[in-house]
Amino acid sequence: MTAQSHRNPTGGRIDRARTLGFTFNGRYYEGHPGDTLASALLANGVHLVGRSFKYHRPRGIVGSGAEEPNALVQLGQGALTEPNVRATQAELHDGLAAASVNCWPGVRWDIGAINGLLGGLFPAGFYYKTFMWPARAWRAYEWFIRRAAGLGLAPREPDPERYDGKHAHCDVLVAGGGPAGLAAALAAGRAGGRVILADEQAEIGGSLLAGGGTIDGRPARAWLDDATAELAGMAEVRVLPRATVFGYYDHNYLGIAERLADHLPPAERAGRARQRVWKVRAGRVVLATGAIERPLVFDGNDRPGVMLATAAQAYANRWAVRVGDRAVVVTNNDSAYQTALDLSESGVAVALLADLRAEVPAALAQRLSRAGIEVAAGSAVVDAAGGTRVTSAEIRRLGADGTTLEGPARHVPCDVIAVSGGWSPAVHLFSQSGGRLRWDEAIAGFVPDISRQAEVSVGAARGTFDLAAALAEGARAGAAAAHAAGFGDGTATAPAANAREVIAPRPVWRVPSAGRGKAFVDIQNDVTAADIALAAREGYSAVEHLKRYTTTGMGTDQGKTSNVNALAILAHATGTAIPAVGTTTFRPPYTPVTFGALAGRTVGPLFDPARLTAMHPWHVQAGTRFEDVGQWKRPWYYPRGSETLHQAVARECRAVRTSLGIMDASTLGKIDIQGPDAAKLLDLVYTNAWGGLEVGRCRYGLMLKEDGMVFDDGVTARLGPQHFHMTTTTGGAARVMAWLEEWLQTERPHWRVYLTSVTTQWAVAAIAGPNARRLMAELCPNIALDAIDFPFMAWRDGTVAGIAARVFRVSFSGESAFEINVPSSQGMALWQALMTAGAKYDITPYGTEAMHVLRAEKGFVIVGQETDGTVTPGDLGMDWIVGKKKPDFVGRRGLARADCKRPDRKQLVGLLPQDPKEVLVEGAQIMADAAAPPPVPMEGHVTSSYWSATLSRSFALALLKGGRARHGQTVPVHAYGKTSWAQVTEPIFYDKEGEKLRG
Amino acid sequence: MHLIACPWCGPRDEAEFSYGGEAHILRPEQPDALDDAAFANYLFMRGNPKGVHAERWVHTVGCRRWFNALRSTVTHEITAIYPMGTPRPDRAP
Repeated sequence: MTAQSHRNPTGGRIDRARTLGFTFNGRYYEGHPGDTLASALLANGVHLVGRSFKYHRPRGIVGSGAEEPNALVQLGQGALTEPNVRATQAELHDGLAAASVNCWPGVRWDIGAINGLLGGLFPAGFYYKTFMWPARAWRAYEWFIRRAAGLGLAPREPDPERYDGKHAHCDVLVAGGGPAGLAAALAAGRAGGRVILADEQAEIGGSLLAGGGTIDGRPARAWLDDATAELAGMAEVRVLPRATVFGYYDHNYLGIAERLADHLPPAERAGRARQRVWKVRAGRVVLATGAIERPLVFDGNDRPGVMLATAAQAYANRWAVRVGDRAVVVTNNDSAYQTALDLSESGVAVALLADLRAEVPAALAQRLSRAGIEVAAGSAVVDAAGGTRVTSAEIRRLGADGTTLEGPARHVPCDVIAVSGGWSPAVHLFSQSGGRLRWDEAIAGFVPDISRQAEVSVGAARGTFDLAAALAEGARAGAAAAHAAGFGDGTATAPAANAREVIAPRPVWRVPSAGRGKAFVDIQNDVTAADIALAAREGYSAVEHLKRYTTTGMGTDQGKTSNVNALAILAHATGTAIPAVGTTTFRPPYTPVTFGALAGRTVGPLFDPARLTAMHPWHVQAGTRFEDVGQWKRPWYYPRGSETLHQAVARECRAVRTSLGIMDASTLGKIDIQGPDAAKLLDLVYTNAWGGLEVGRCRYGLMLKEDGMVFDDGVTARLGPQHFHMTTTTGGAARVMAWLEEWLQTERPHWRVYLTSVTTQWAVAAIAGPNARRLMAELCPNIALDAIDFPFMAWRDGTVAGIAARVFRVSFSGESAFEINVPSSQGMALWQALMTAGAKYDITPYGTEAMHVLRAEKGFVIVGQETDGTVTPGDLGMDWIVGKKKPDFVGRRGLARADCKRPDRKQLVGLLPQDPKEVLVEGAQIMADAAAPPPVPMEGHVTSSYWSATLSRSFALALLKGGRARHGQTVPVHAYGKTSWAQVTEPIFYDKEGEKLRG
Repeated sequence: MHLIACPWCGPRDEAEFSYGGEAHILRPEQPDALDDAAFANYLFMRGNPKGVHAERWVHTVGCRRWFNALRSTVTHEITAIYPMGTPRPDRAP
């Protein structure tokens, strides 16, 4: 049992009826539903949560939301662990286990803290300056730097959680559920528009959850309850809490990361997706993303206990937590006066409010004085003393220009310093949308100026801090957005609210130093005001250079609290105006999004669809090993018993060469081409002539790109005068289809040709081998099968095993072969009939590996293996297929370029390794001279290499410079540190005359 | 992700389309008549304007139809979608 030492007995939006136990750095604490990890830690008096990135200085909780730079924790363990979670956004659940990141061995005793004493080692650009020499020592440096500078640990196991993704459309997307966003969603929803309201917190309400004020004459929180109830009752309004709009992309496309189960104990997450990414196309977007309070830059401003005033106020009002026992408030604007009053009311003794402005707002000062709080006008905290917690604040008077100090120092004991340096509108999404920003002197911040997309910023996000004005802006924007989508008349009445005090900041970007302390600008990246001044002196005066040199604005918080301070200090150092310095680019995501959520459901088997042939179940039953070819699962080889790949392939090859093999060729791309101009299309895209092809015959064709390089190949059959059946490579089917469509639609739109992909309409069994015709004769009574009636490169319609079939006499194996096409629904029946009837010939199914060996023995190329986009038909020794008399075809002019006629182009050759048992490595380089010192000139490479059971030796195909003139030469072939020798041959090793294939 | 109004299917996500490069590049009637420089110009050389770009798109996983679009390379705004073979709508004929 531990006491929540700093929790008030009443107030706040927490459920005291339930107690949640959790651990932080191994210690047990308690909190309540409604708490974040940060509020629960503070309720237990814990401020120290980590060590800083570079100097390993002790660091505490600074903010209360997405802006938090310090309180990054490692959540959970094992596969469920998650690094760099902002404690301010992690909802507490029972059993939550969190640990500090970036401290070793522990947060109180930290070895890296020595860096703090050696501060001179780590100036701006320290990586570039310090660790340069000697170059080989970088590995040692790197080990140290990675260990010392890391932020959290990624899990090593696969993520066991499930994630979801959803596409959505809406008329109005409202980003942010504070007062302005609520008013916008209400107005748009009442008009009848489809609305999505997304807010990053567990509860909708934004600043209303922490602040006071009245709306329509009632407490703002009561109005909030009514508003959320009304929105929940609207059928066309979807309210997403725990949902961060993280990215604003082109054409009003936005990403929302919704946390569905992170707030639950792991045991209660079962069966739920952890997170969901919404991809929303919005008609109009209302950006009501609020504003982020800025820290003040003074010495020691990073001590635990120094926190943003709004955060201190939120902890008091929303979570009934006293952030300390004695506070000093320091501000350059009006807003922190209310913070001082709220802290005081919550039981924190407020020692003093220091206002940088000499003229303080009289009414507010009076209220503070009635509450017994001293107001020190024209004064600032110039140093925060302490170690793991602030112990006192040094107060000095500021000179008139804000760069000097006057009068004596006052040391005020305190354990909290609540800081307000003004407000930066959260323009991240606006900026991501392409909008241009403008510097607004009145609020000393960047505000949205010129829009690029259909969006509008409202409320604090555009610098409107007054509650009544923000509500009015929101209502107007919501009504207008709905009207643009055709709902309502574009008008709305805004609720009335008491006007908040006007914010009038006095920008003092660097509070003058009274000593030598470090004043931090970017607390997460440990960038000080001195670092920025140094970078400016060294010439890094452009803001994007400054960012990269000092790392300011990088990291997990992307400078939410630091960017404006950094560039203002840069502007001061370089003597330029802030608008001239500009800002760095805001990029998505607004807060980090886990990769799992971005992947969503498209993981594992859902990553890419698997395409299966009609015979697939048979292959599975046969114990087939599959290979992926595009999305297809193709049988790779069919091991029998304990056969290895090579044993199985050798057996499959022997079967095809000596008796009968069968292959599932269903995956070949097939395109049905019809129309009066069909032959013209073939003439355009293939290198050879097609007009003379008779019905009933097939022809092999090569397709080139316009540059003359081989793009695809395949056999096309003429089914009728205006009707062709084209086959493509398995992987090239979609590409070829798109290629034909492109030519038809963009260059030959007047041609009447119609293309239909029929790849999956047909199942194809290829039978090959000396016994292929005998088996066909048994099963196919109605096709004359002899070589004269049904010659090589012809096709016939008939029945095979009683199934209507189209049979092609084509061969990729070099044996007499028949490719039997049947409707897919009949594929399995055909396969089984062939297997049964072929048993007497020991019919042997063979896979892609055996097919590759068989075709390579014949010197048949595979596009993509022998070619790589730089290979012409001539390079392959296939000039015979290029129609010399054709006036035009795609690639003809490309082939005529001088470069395509060079005799020393890489040409297809065969290789016979000197050691007939050695199978060369595919991709091995052929060297000009084995003895040459590196870099060795390379003359080509091995494209295919196998063991041939038929030849009882190894062989290979290769592309070799001037290879056709080099048959008989012996060349050195190098891979993996080993040089082998091989004889160059012509690229054909089996049945050179083609008698078997035609027989 | 752009929202592209396919003239046949209506507005769809960019992921359904493929980009086809610069529009209005006609294949020469007689490629053989071109010298290497002229042919290389047709084959390789493309404009890279900052601003309005006339370009080709195809609704790959939809109707498979090609069309032209005018799109700003600065803002990604698509200002016109028009059929293949028709002139740029933003230029006088």
